[in-house]
Amino acid sequence: MSSTVLSVEGLTLTVGGKALVEDVSFHLAAGEMMGLVGESGCGKSLTALATIRLLPSPPVEIAAGRIVIDGADVRALDSEGLRRLRGDRVGMIFQEPMTSLNPVFTVGDQIAEVLEIHRGLGRSAALARAAELIALVGLPAPREQLERYPHQLSGGQRQRVMIAIALACEPRVLIADEPTTALDVTVQAQILALIDRLRRDMGMACLLITHDLGVVSDVCDRAAVMYAGRIVEEASVAELFARPRHRYTQALIDTMPASNPPGALLPSIRGMVPPPGARGDGCAFAPRCAAPVEACRKVLPPLTGEAGHRAACWNPAS
Amino acid sequence: MTPLLEVQGLTKHYAGPHGRTLRALQDVSFTLAEGEVLGVVGESGCGKSTLGRAVLRLTEPTSGSIRFAGEELTGLSRHAMTKRRRDMQMVFQDPFGSLNPRHRVSTIVGEPLVVHGVAGVKARVAELLDMVGLPPDSGSRFPHEFSGGQRQRIAIARALALSPKLLVADEPVSALDVSIQSQIINLIAELRRKLSLSMIFISHDLSVIRHVSDRIAVMYLGRIVETGDAADIFARPAHPYTQALLSAVPTAPGQPKRERIVLEGDLPDPSAPPPGCAFHGRCRHAMPRCAVDIPALVPRRVGDDVALAACHLYEPVS
Ligand SMILES: Nc1ncnc2c1ncn2[C@@H]1O[C@H](COP(=O)(O)OP(=O)(O)OP(=O)(O)O)[C@@H](O)[C@H]1O
Ligand SMILES: Nc1ncnc2c1ncn2[C@@H]1O[C@H](COP(=O)(O)OP(=O)(O)OP(=O)(O)O)[C@@H](O)[C@H]1O
Ligand code: SF4
Ligand SMILES: [Mg+2]
Ligand SMILES: [Mg+2]
Repeated sequence: MSSTVLSVEGLTLTVGGKALVEDVSFHLAAGEMMGLVGESGCGKSLTALATIRLLPSPPVEIAAGRIVIDGADVRALDSEGLRRLRGDRVGMIFQEPMTSLNPVFTVGDQIAEVLEIHRGLGRSAALARAAELIALVGLPAPREQLERYPHQLSGGQRQRVMIAIALACEPRVLIADEPTTALDVTVQAQILALIDRLRRDMGMACLLITHDLGVVSDVCDRAAVMYAGRIVEEASVAELFARPRHRYTQALIDTMPASNPPGALLPSIRGMVPPPGARGDGCAFAPRCAAPVEACRKVLPPLTGEAGHRAACWNPAS
Repeated sequence: MTPLLEVQGLTKHYAGPHGRTLRALQDVSFTLAEGEVLGVVGESGCGKSTLGRAVLRLTEPTSGSIRFAGEELTGLSRHAMTKRRRDMQMVFQDPFGSLNPRHRVSTIVGEPLVVHGVAGVKARVAELLDMVGLPPDSGSRFPHEFSGGQRQRIAIARALALSPKLLVADEPVSALDVSIQSQIINLIAELRRKLSLSMIFISHDLSVIRHVSDRIAVMYLGRIVETGDAADIFARPAHPYTQALLSAVPTAPGQPKRERIVLEGDLPDPSAPPPGCAFHGRCRHAMPRCAVDIPALVPRRVGDDVALAACHLYEPVS
């Protein structure tokens, strides 16, 4: 059994008593790349932020759940413990690299700062290591890059710098929230190949958040599908796409243009994702589902199945 | 038969940084037949939106010719152009930004009718709302009361108000969730059939482009580098850039992963374009001549086939 580095059990997040994320559990092993997929607003980012307690709190509260990273109980950490967790053991990359880089400091300053704080390196050692990291993420002329400001970089280059910062302390876990959504396909391919290579080389666990099933199918080992605040299915990628069980997973795959002959009418999912507070008592997907049964609207389906493949559906597709 | 739209040598220059000229569009030529959909793809900044806007003269082209239904548009007065635009409409990516938040939906959809002095506005608006699948009472509501997909329906209804012959759709589904995306793609396909619309469909998403287009134009740094039948290009891309672009698309779930051509580097600066083939710095087949001569977009011999590609790897057909 490979070692679990990140484990989330029964996580529930609320705003003013209204649940945004409900009873979410997943585990990430060393060296593993897991995808967290779902449509806008289903709770992917909140779940990721909660694992390192970066939630906007208030208003968002952790109402229940246990989060363990590399043996540490995250909910029990004090501010010093959290600071160390975020820099040392968990690296994070976000969708919009411009907003997470400081526009008034050079790339070199920003990477070196992390190393000075978390690794206690002196200035010149930190800059030397920063140049190595810049090279690691595939930017040319590392020494020159250190002198540049974020606005002088392209979107793909900024995302590489963010990855360099996230990797500075060789974290055990990398959380990447839509790291390529704002980028072009050719640059997306570069960044995904980079993350994949680094997690293999460094044995890092990686949680990749995306709304793109194609990306998940390409680079992840395992994936969890979220819908309206809950994980509705979880399996190895091969299994998930070959034999989707939850009707929502199945519908998502079927609706993609790439799953259909060109020009054909696309199978579509009627209606919209329900907002928090209007998810009903049963399966939140029931009003949109193509094959609901009696229980669907009334009783919440439990996440069941074998260890490698679990789904929460009263009328599984396979 | 004369094509509906015939664009020759269309060029758009902007004032670039440091007094340089930014060549957003460079010598672009193509035709569009009645009822045909031309998909335009390429990376961010390659000139797709500029092309769409220049064709409607929403952006004034620097040079080139645009013939629409046999009539040259470039010399037309502003007044004559406004009249012509009845037949040419545009839909944008951000359905919210393009809808006036203070106006009711009926006002928004009916506006083009009022501007062009068309009678029977009320009945036509009701018909349009029904055509794009919005509930009849939508007209009395405001844009913010609608979801992203519904807002895009409103924008499409407005664009179709005057029964245009040509629709330029600039990333019409890019901001939408997957389950909503397929609804809008279906709607566009249905309207196209019903109204025999010709379309320029701009998207950076190749699976969407493949799905909706009859023909495709691939752009790189302001130029069309390859164009042809959609099925042919997807089956046998000739230009090395087209090949890289197609290989970078995440595979459809459940389909075998393809070999990735990961491009080095970023899109060059359009205000300082490289000499010769603009792609030569990233091309794995580049030859000495590529850094000197600009390859023309002419029919070239590719194996046993002929393709319209701007690449020195293939000899022009004499
Ligand atoms: N500070 C907040 N206060 C109230 N509701 C919030 C807050 N932050 C997020 N939410 C809500 O929680 C839900 C989940 O949000 P989250 O950002 O996790 O979604 P997501 O899956 O990451 O979506 P996207 O794909 O759009 O990034 C959404 O309905 C959102 O509106
Ligand atoms: N009004 C303007 N003034 C100066 N430069 C402009 C203007 N509009 C566009 N450009 C430049 O022209 C080039 C082409 O831009 P355009 O918006 O057509 O690209 P695009 O292919 O639509 O990109 P995206 O996929 O990001 O929408 C870019 O370099 C852009 O910065
Ligand atoms: S012209 Fe040369 S550099 Fe340009 S795509 Fe063809 S081979 Fe590559
Ligand atoms: Mg998010
Ligand atoms: Mg654009």
